Amino acid sequence: MPDLIDEVRLAGSDASSRLTAASTVDELKLLGGELLGKQGLAGFKARLGQLDPQARKTAGQAVNEAVAAAQHAHDTRLIELRTLERAATLAAERLDLTEVVTRPTRGHAHLVTQVWERLEDVFVGLGFTVAEGLEVETDFHNFEALGMGPGHPARSMWDTLFVDWGAPGSTVLRTHTSPVQIRTMQSTQPPIYIIAPGRVFRRDTPDATHMPVFHQIEGLVVDRGITMGHLAGTIQAFTEAFFGPGFNSRLRPSYFPFTEPSAEFDIQRPDGSWIELGGCGMVHPDVLTVCGIDPEEFTGFAFGFGMDRFGLSGWGVDDLREMFTNDIRFVRQF
Amino acid sequence: MKVTLSWLNEFAAFGDDPHHIGAHLTQLGMAVEEIIAINRPVDGVVVAKVLARAKHPNADKIGIVHVDRGDGQSLQICCGAFNMQPGDLVALATIGTVMPDGRNIQQGTMRGELSNGMLCSQREIGVGHEDSGIWILPPNLELGSSPWVGAGLLPDYVFDLDLTRNRPETWGVVGIARDLAARLGLPFTVPGSGVAQSPTVISAAVHIAAPDRCGRFTSSVITGIEVGPSAPWMADRLVAVGMRSISNVVDVTNYVMLERNQPSHAYDLDTLGGASFVVRLARANERLVTLDGVDHELDPDDLLICDGADQAIGLAGVMGGLTTEITDATTTVALEVAWFQPAGIQRATVRHGLRSEASIRFERGVDPLGCDAVVSRIVELLQETCPALQLVAGQVDSRGNMPDTTSVDVRIERVNAVLGTALAQAAIGPLLQPIGFTVDGARVTVPSWRPDCTTEIEVIEEIARQYGYDKIVPSVPSSPLHGRLSAHQKDRRAVRQVLLGLGCDEAMPNPWLGVDDHARAGLASLGEPVAITNPMTVDEAVLRGSLLPGLLKAVAYNEGHRALGVAFFEIGRVVRRGEIGAVLPAEHERLSVVLAGAQAPAAVEVWNELVVALGIKGARLQQALHPGMHPGRSATIFAAGRPVGAVGEVHPDALDAFSVSERVAWLDLDLDALLASPHGAMAYKPVRRYPSSDLDLAFVTPDKVSAEQLAGALRKASGELLVDVSLFDVFRGPSMPSAHRSLAYRLRLQAADRTLSETELASLQLSCIAGAAKLGATLR
Repeated sequence: MPDLIDEVRLAGSDASSRLTAASTVDELKLLGGELLGKQGLAGFKARLGQLDPQARKTAGQAVNEAVAAAQHAHDTRLIELRTLERAATLAAERLDLTEVVTRPTRGHAHLVTQVWERLEDVFVGLGFTVAEGLEVETDFHNFEALGMGPGHPARSMWDTLFVDWGAPGSTVLRTHTSPVQIRTMQSTQPPIYIIAPGRVFRRDTPDATHMPVFHQIEGLVVDRGITMGHLAGTIQAFTEAFFGPGFNSRLRPSYFPFTEPSAEFDIQRPDGSWIELGGCGMVHPDVLTVCGIDPEEFTGFAFGFGMDRFGLSGWGVDDLREMFTNDIRFVRQF
Repeated sequence: MKVTLSWLNEFAAFGDDPHHIGAHLTQLGMAVEEIIAINRPVDGVVVAKVLARAKHPNADKIGIVHVDRGDGQSLQICCGAFNMQPGDLVALATIGTVMPDGRNIQQGTMRGELSNGMLCSQREIGVGHEDSGIWILPPNLELGSSPWVGAGLLPDYVFDLDLTRNRPETWGVVGIARDLAARLGLPFTVPGSGVAQSPTVISAAVHIAAPDRCGRFTSSVITGIEVGPSAPWMADRLVAVGMRSISNVVDVTNYVMLERNQPSHAYDLDTLGGASFVVRLARANERLVTLDGVDHELDPDDLLICDGADQAIGLAGVMGGLTTEITDATTTVALEVAWFQPAGIQRATVRHGLRSEASIRFERGVDPLGCDAVVSRIVELLQETCPALQLVAGQVDSRGNMPDTTSVDVRIERVNAVLGTALAQAAIGPLLQPIGFTVDGARVTVPSWRPDCTTEIEVIEEIARQYGYDKIVPSVPSSPLHGRLSAHQKDRRAVRQVLLGLGCDEAMPNPWLGVDDHARAGLASLGEPVAITNPMTVDEAVLRGSLLPGLLKAVAYNEGHRALGVAFFEIGRVVRRGEIGAVLPAEHERLSVVLAGAQAPAAVEVWNELVVALGIKGARLQQALHPGMHPGRSATIFAAGRPVGAVGEVHPDALDAFSVSERVAWLDLDLDALLASPHGAMAYKPVRRYPSSDLDLAFVTPDKVSAEQLAGALRKASGELLVDVSLFDVFRGPSMPSAHRSLAYRLRLQAADRTLSETELASLQLSCIAGAAKLGATLR
C-alpha cells in the first residue's frame, strides 16, 4: 500500500514541520493534540486493519516512525519554547535593586550600654559575677563603712547630692558603686569576685568631660592569700582583654580612705602614651572588719573607673553631653 | 603644689633631667601634671636704657621712646606702655627677634613713626605672668647684655604636682625632696641654719587657753626689720610656683611655708596689744575681719589668736586679721609658728568658706617638732634684705596637747601577704629610714611629720611606695567561682535585644526631674516624688518615680529637631516613697517603651513580642485606667496573675504638657516584677502529625467584653484540640447593634492521634458558640 505509506510519510513530515514552527507553548500543545492524536497521525492506526498482514506491518512501521518523529519534534520544540519563555519572563522581571532605599529599622543600643556590656563580658571571662545595688544609698554604705565617718576630710573628694529622706544627711545619691561592695561583703563570706557596674551621681557642673550623672564600674576580690600582685595582674589581664594586645598597665601610689595601699592605674597605648583610668588598692582592713570579714584571714583588692569616657574614646565623640541628649541623629550613628 | 627643679636640688643632687625626675615623682604618688620650662632667654632680647620719652604726634595710645642698647646710638621705638622713665633699664626685642609666641620683630612704622624693635613686658618673654607694663630691670646691668643673666633668672623647670589627701609632708619642698632622694638612693640633707640670737631679751608671751586645739605656739621677736622688696631670686621662685611677690617679710614667710610645710605669721610687735598672745575659742557673738576684708561672725568652735588685750587678731591657722598686719613702717615683729589640731582647722575652713595656703597645710597636719628650724630659716632668709635684722633672746615655746610619737609593730609576713612580695625583715629599715622612720626589728617609729601614718597597714603602704609599685610582680588570681551573668542580667539583655530588633532606640534621659514634671505627666497619683536636698538646678530637683517624663522630653526634643516617629525604650531605676519609716525609699528597675506617632496597639504588639521572646507565663491584658494613660486606651498587664505593668497610649494632656504633638504608644513594665514571674523554660509539646482543620467564627460582641475575654472563652470551649486561636477581623459599623462589634476568630483544631471527624468539628463549634453566648456574644 504505497499510497498509505506515502500519505503517512507526508502527514508525518507535515506534522513535524508544523510542530517545529509552533511559536508558543500553548500553540504547541494545541498542535500536538491535533497532529499526534486520533485526528492526526494516530488516526492512521485505525486504517491499518484494512491491510493484509505484510502490508500492515510495513505501513504500521511507517506510522510508528512518523509518530515518533513528530513526537520528537514536539518535545524538542517544547524545550526550546520553555527556555525562551523563561528567558522572556526573567527579562521582564528585572528590578533595579538600588531603588531599595528604606531606612534599616534596627534599633540602637546606647553607647554606655555597649561599653557596659563589653566590660561585663571581659570580667565574666576573668571569673567575676556582676553585682548590682541601689542608686539611693545610706550615708553609712556610701561613706562611713568605707572609712569616712561624719566630717572625714576625704569626703570632700566627692561632691555629694543628698536625698530628702530620713534624718538630714543620712541618705545620698551614691557617689560611687562602692556601696554595692559593702553590701556584698556584708551578706557574703569570701571568696568574693564581683564587679559592680552602675549609675553614680556627683554634684559636678556638666561639661565636655564631666556629667553629674555618669556610670562607673568597680571590682572587688576578697579571698585567702589575695595580694597587691593579684591586683596588678588583674588590671593587666583586663587591659589586654579589653583594649587588645600591645596595651599595658601600671600602678602608681595614690590615696583613698578605703584602700591601703592605694593606687591609680594607668593604661599605656602601643604608642607609649598613657591614659589615666581609675583608682584601686588593697581593701583597708577596717573596711573588711566593718563588713564582718576577718582581715587577718582574708585580704582583698578593689578597683574602679568611669565607663562613659569609653563612649568618647571608642567612637571619637568629643563631648560627653552629646551621649545624653537622646538626639536620634546621634543615637542612630552607633 | 608647684615646685622647681632648682629648689629640689638644694636638698639632694637630683641632676638636671626634669623628665627623669618627673617619672620618679609620679611613681612615688606625686603625680606630675605638667613640667613647665621657665626663664628661657629669648635670642635678640637685650638690656637697653631709656634715654627719653615723647608723645606720638598721631596717636594717644602709643608713645615714642628713645633707648640706647649699648652702642651709644639713640634708637626710636613706638611703645604702647608708659610705665618707664628716662634712666630705666628695659628689655628690648631687637629687629629679627622671634618672640615666644612666634611673632617676628621687624622694623616698621606705627602711625607714621619709625619703630626699631619692641619693649617687652615680663609675660611677653616668658618671665612670670606680669603684663601690666614694660619690664623694668634692676639697675646697673650692662647695656646690650641678656636681661635673664642680669636679673639672675636661670633656666629652670616647674613641676605641677597633683598631691594626695594623705601625706601632708609633700606640701613642702623638703618633704618632696626627702621622698625623691630616698627612692633614688641619693644623700639628702636639710642645711642647718645657724642663726645667732642677740643678747637682748624681748618676749611676746603666749597663753594657750584651748590646749586641745593648739598643741604648740612659739613666739619669736625679730628686730631690725626693713620692709621692702624681696631679693629677685626669691621673687622669681615664688612667681614660678604660682605665688605673688608682696614684700620681703611676707615673701619669706610664704617661701618657708612652701619649703618646710609650716605656715607662720608675723605680727607688728608695736601694734600688738599687750605685746603678747592668747589662743582661745571664740565667744558667742564675737566677730573678726580677716585680711581679705571679710567680716566673719564667729562660732564657739573657732580657734582664735588674740592679743594680750584679748582682742581677736586672727582665725588660727586659717587667716590673720586686718588690725595687726605688718606695714612699711614695721621694724619689730613677733613671729608665730604653731601647731594646730587639724580637724578643728578643717571645720573652720568649711564653716567660713575660707581656704588659704596656711589652712591647707594645718588641716592636713604640719610637723609639731619643726617650729624651731622654721624660725631659724625665716631669720636666715630675711637677713639677706634686712642687714640689721636680729633674732632676740626670749623666745616663748608654749605647749598644749601635742600629738604623741607613733610606734607601730610591722609584721614582715603581713607585709608580704598584702604586697605579694618576699621581703626579709632586714629589708624594711633601708626602705623606711631614708624617709625618716626609725626601725628597730618589727618596731617602726613614725616621724613627727607623718601624722597620716598610724597603723601597720599605713606603714606597709610606705614600704610599698619606697619598694616601688612597679616592682610588684603581677599575677592573676584564680577565681574558684564561675564568672557569669545572673538570670536577671541575661533576661535584661534579652529584653534589650528584642526591643532593638523591633526598631526601638535606647534612650538615657536625665533621671532628675523638675518638681512638677510628674504631675504634668499625669503621674501625681504615684505620690510625692523624692526630692534632692541640694539639687543642681530647679529642673533637676526630684528623683523620677516613672520613666515617662524623661522619655517624653526625649520625644519632644526630637520633634523639635524635625524627627517624628521616634521609638525609644529605657531600662532604668525609679524611686518612689514606698513604706513609711523605711530606711531608704523604694527603688525598682523599670522598662518603658514609647512609640511616637503610633497608637496603643503598637505598644501591645511590642508587649506580645516580649511575651514570646521571654516565655512569659500567663500573660494577659485587662482594660483598666492607669496614671498618665489615655483612659480609653490603657490596660493592666498581668503575668501569672500578678500585675507587672501597663500598656496603652500616653494621655493627650501629658502630651500637651510636654509639647509632644504626635500620639505616643506606651508600654510601662516593672522589670523586677516581670522577671520575677514565671518565664523561660518552654516545655516541648509533640508536633501533631494528623491533618488539622480550621474553624472560622465571627461573633457580634458587646464592647464591654474584651477580645481577650472572648478568645479565652473559645479556648476553654475547644479544649485540648485547639492549637491556635487568632483574631483575624474586627468590624464596627452601622450594621452592628449599638455598642457591639464583630470579632472574627480562626481556630485551628488538631488531634494528636486521629483526623477530626465532621461530627467532632460540629460539636466543637456548638461548644464555642455556647461559650461565647455566656459573654453575650452571638454568632454573626
